[in-house]
Amino acid sequence: MLAARDLTKEYPSGTGALAVLKDVSFDIPQGAFVAIVGPSGSGKTTLLGLLAGLDLPSRGAVTLDGVDLTRLDEDGRARLRGEKVGFIFQSFQLIPTLTAVENVQVPLELRGEADAADRAQDLLARVGLSGRTHHYPTQLSGGEQQRVAIARAFVNRPRILFADEPTGNLDGATGEKIVALLDALNRESGATVVIVTHDLTLAEHAQRVIRLRDGVVIEDRPGRGAPSPV
Amino acid sequence: MPSPALAPLLRLAWRESRTARRRLLLYMSSISLGVAALVAIDSFASNVQVSIEAQSKALLGGDLNLRARDGFTPAIDSLLDSLGTVGIPSAKVQSFGSMAIVPRTGATRLSQVRAVGEGYPYYGEVLTEPAGAWGSLHDDRNAFVDPSLMISLGAQVGDTLNVGFARFVIRGRIVNVPGDPGIAGTVAPRIFIPARYLAETQLTGFGSRVEHEVVVRLPEGTDATAWVAPFKTRFDSLGVRVRTVQENEVDLTDAIAQLARFLGVVGLIALLLGGIGVASGVNAFVQRKIDTVAVLRCLGASSAQVLVIYLVQAGAMGFLGAALGAALGVGIQLLLPELLTGFLPVDVSVTPVPSAIALGIGIGVWVAIVFALRPLLVLRLVSPLQAIRRDDAALAASRRGDHWSWAVDLALLGSVFGLAALRAETLAQGAWFTAGILISLGILYGNASLVARLARRLSSPRWPYVVRQGIANLYRPASQTRSVILALGFGSFLVTTNILVQANLLQSFDVTASAARGNLVFFDVQEDQQPGLDSLLRQPGNDVVTTTPIVTMRLQEINGQSTQAWAEAKGLSPRYWALRREYRSTYRDTLEATETITAGRFHGAAAATDTLYEFSFEEDVARDLQLTVGDIVTWDVQGVPVRARLTSTRQVEWGRFQPNFFAVFQSAAIAAAPKQFILVAAVPSDTAVALLQRDAVRRYPNVSSIDLSLIRNTITQIVDRVTLTVRFLALFSLAMAVPVLFSAVAATRRDRLREGVLLKTLGATKGQIGRILLSEYALLGLLGALSGMLLAFGGAWSLTHFVFQGDFAPALGPAAAIAGVMMGLAIGIGLLTGRDVFRETPMAALRE
Ligand SMILES: Nc1ncnc2c1ncn2[C@@H]1O[C@H](COP(=O)(O)OP(=O)(O)OP(=O)(O)O)[C@@H](O)[C@H]1O
Ligand SMILES: [Mg+2]
Repeated sequence: MLAARDLTKEYPSGTGALAVLKDVSFDIPQGAFVAIVGPSGSGKTTLLGLLAGLDLPSRGAVTLDGVDLTRLDEDGRARLRGEKVGFIFQSFQLIPTLTAVENVQVPLELRGEADAADRAQDLLARVGLSGRTHHYPTQLSGGEQQRVAIARAFVNRPRILFADEPTGNLDGATGEKIVALLDALNRESGATVVIVTHDLTLAEHAQRVIRLRDGVVIEDRPGRGAPSPV
Repeated sequence: MPSPALAPLLRLAWRESRTARRRLLLYMSSISLGVAALVAIDSFASNVQVSIEAQSKALLGGDLNLRARDGFTPAIDSLLDSLGTVGIPSAKVQSFGSMAIVPRTGATRLSQVRAVGEGYPYYGEVLTEPAGAWGSLHDDRNAFVDPSLMISLGAQVGDTLNVGFARFVIRGRIVNVPGDPGIAGTVAPRIFIPARYLAETQLTGFGSRVEHEVVVRLPEGTDATAWVAPFKTRFDSLGVRVRTVQENEVDLTDAIAQLARFLGVVGLIALLLGGIGVASGVNAFVQRKIDTVAVLRCLGASSAQVLVIYLVQAGAMGFLGAALGAALGVGIQLLLPELLTGFLPVDVSVTPVPSAIALGIGIGVWVAIVFALRPLLVLRLVSPLQAIRRDDAALAASRRGDHWSWAVDLALLGSVFGLAALRAETLAQGAWFTAGILISLGILYGNASLVARLARRLSSPRWPYVVRQGIANLYRPASQTRSVILALGFGSFLVTTNILVQANLLQSFDVTASAARGNLVFFDVQEDQQPGLDSLLRQPGNDVVTTTPIVTMRLQEINGQSTQAWAEAKGLSPRYWALRREYRSTYRDTLEATETITAGRFHGAAAATDTLYEFSFEEDVARDLQLTVGDIVTWDVQGVPVRARLTSTRQVEWGRFQPNFFAVFQSAAIAAAPKQFILVAAVPSDTAVALLQRDAVRRYPNVSSIDLSLIRNTITQIVDRVTLTVRFLALFSLAMAVPVLFSAVAATRRDRLREGVLLKTLGATKGQIGRILLSEYALLGLLGALSGMLLAFGGAWSLTHFVFQGDFAPALGPAAAIAGVMMGLAIGIGLLTGRDVFRETPMAALRE
């Protein structure tokens, strides 16, 4: 379970503090598939960063499975991410100097796990890339790179997965496939998935849609992916 | 599209450089130390040469210097007299070693006595203290002495000084003698006395070793070389060697030029290493500029304009880097005289040399531009499409097909050769330099590639992830392995070479000083003085360690032919020194520890029935004379012919404090001949040494003695100076590696930063990222140091083995220390460059 309580993020600006997020609160139960939508500049990326413990809020708290992230130091948050959190980025963010399989191994290796290579191979197969394991990122297409990134995100069996515009750099059809893959993995693994997107059709895959505007939650409703309320 | 004027382009170049100026300057500062070295060396060499030219007459003391091999014969004296009558004055300078004693204190010391004629020196000035006292030398039995002699004898101005049987009054100290380097008086301090009282010393008779010289002053405006020409044969027949002021000057300036050339090559290599730093730094710079260039191209800039913009930036910063280097070079130039005091024969007035500065900056800018051009060329190929979607693969592909990069490579090679040729004496030498530079760089580069490949092979999955990741960084595409290892390898190559040379040099000094078993040496001991001196020395606690006889002789016949005929038959010059010289030989029937037989067998004692005696020759002399074992040589031993068969040749380890000889005879052969002795005594205390020296000189004024601890002190002083110089050079080499290393590491800085931030989002702690960096840079440092050392050990070994023919001592302790320093340097610079990784929050990964 992930909970945001009165999250506020301010950046210093010329005229004083500029609040980018204002008192955002919500709970996300384990296993949910949530989409965060909103116009550009509304604070989606900022919110995601706070939820994942990449950054600290000015006020408020984020608790992940009962642990308050704001009370951990940077290394503590890093360790927590290593154990429980997976990431997917708009620009894929594969390490260019590592091959596909090596990229997928990284989170396990940071934790010192021995069977990293096997599990990485399995996951690459799961995302349909068993034939590309020893390619470097530059030798892969955008869609393939993002699938490697998804494999990497799931490799440490995360409790929760964050994705910021995972389809932003991809064409519509490829984007659809990526979200379908995320959806499937969400069901298979029971991991919570939080995805930020512009694309409302993609957002409708989610069970729940949270809409931001100017740093405030203006809508929080079930999506089409939600089990029908009947 | 019409090409716009240059001015707006320059303005754009200036504005566009806004964010990167300091970084670019940092890369360009790679060449600064190379430029500094060139400027310092060239400027100082020019200073020295100018000083030599200005002081050339003072260096010689006159327009001509005549050296009479066999002393001043009546014929020579009458020649000098007749020259005097036509207005060409001359002054004799006769020098020899002798004991000096100050009766008031009773202290003695071996000195270098110079009896000089009136008028000496004709040019330059002997500086004394009290100042201006030199002119009073000839007024009476006066003497001027080195300050070190005053100190060791406890003497004061006004004291009486005994030299042989003559008494002089010390009128002052010598501050500076033109033509003598400052250290000239350290082993044997100088004593100047008037020539006309030389005879009173009674030290110039039989068996003494006196150097007879004359300085001559020609009328003003006379060309010494032209004046001497008609006298050449006359002087030759008198046994007089002539040296003109021009010859002296040319010899000295040649020696300086040679030294400057050699050092210049080091500077050049430093500069080229800097060039590599520039190339890798600019490469990093180019990677960041691709997006900007793509935008510029979208806005209508031609590829030529793009290149101009960045070439201008590189050139400007290159100029700044070179100018910084030149300023540093001038600073070093000012420091050099400090480092070299005492070793230079002239007083050098240090002034900046504009031509050297201009040349240094010019070469620096050229190297910076040529090396920067290689990576900058890529910017021409950036297509405007890159602004929409960055495509590194396409860029790399078009780069491979770019003919211009070949042209630049050629220009690079040409520049290296051109610069080497500029430094070298001949084109062939320039080609050798180029080859040498390319080979050393090639070896380092090869090592680096090998390391990258080995890293991939050896890395084991069982090692901790952070270590594996660190090692993996060594062989990933776009790794910095090659440039870092090149920089570190080269730095450690220079440092190690310095230290090895120093260690081996000092070691040979050490051997020299410790090998002597005694500590007090007496020489010029006449035959009738030996028993008396021996019993004087053999007091309780003292011991006479060796008594070595010396018999002087000349060659007379070889295999029954006169030396003249032998020379003709063997094609030797009849004036050949080895044929005509006086040999100081000894006799004994056993080999010394410093000698090794290279041919034949060393003779034993002669049997009573032997009719032909045996002797052994030093191998080089034997080879020069074309003598082989079995040849029969007749020696003229002070008028008595002695026939002996050459039965062995020896290699002799010179340079130890121990009498060594070219020819060693069977005892029976020459034991009866007139001879002198060298006695080496072991005397325990300093006071006993001083007392013995005093007693000996009182009883036997012609006998010289030297306290070896004095020599050891002198050697220690010289060694200290060498050590200081080596430290300076080592520091310089290390300093040189730093900017290059920065540039090399900077090339991958951005990738590293992005990667580090990403790893953080994936759960890596600061500690883990730190350890990845640490293992990578520690390994790079170690491998870089090792490759440099490989080169240095190889070089030093072949140098000691082939050139000095000595034993090579690998200085492992210092080598380990250097490896440590290199690792520290690599880790330090790596972490310093990577410090942003620690600062950056992982949020940055989301904002990419
Ligand atoms: N470091 C910062 N300093 C100041 N303001 C910032 C900083 N980072 C973000 N902002 C501001 O916060 C606001 C929200 O930014 P954020 O990136 O979260 O928006 P977003 O919803 O992700 O937009 P987009 O859909 O365009 O990615 C923006 O107005 C941005 O200018
Ligand atoms: Mg965003």
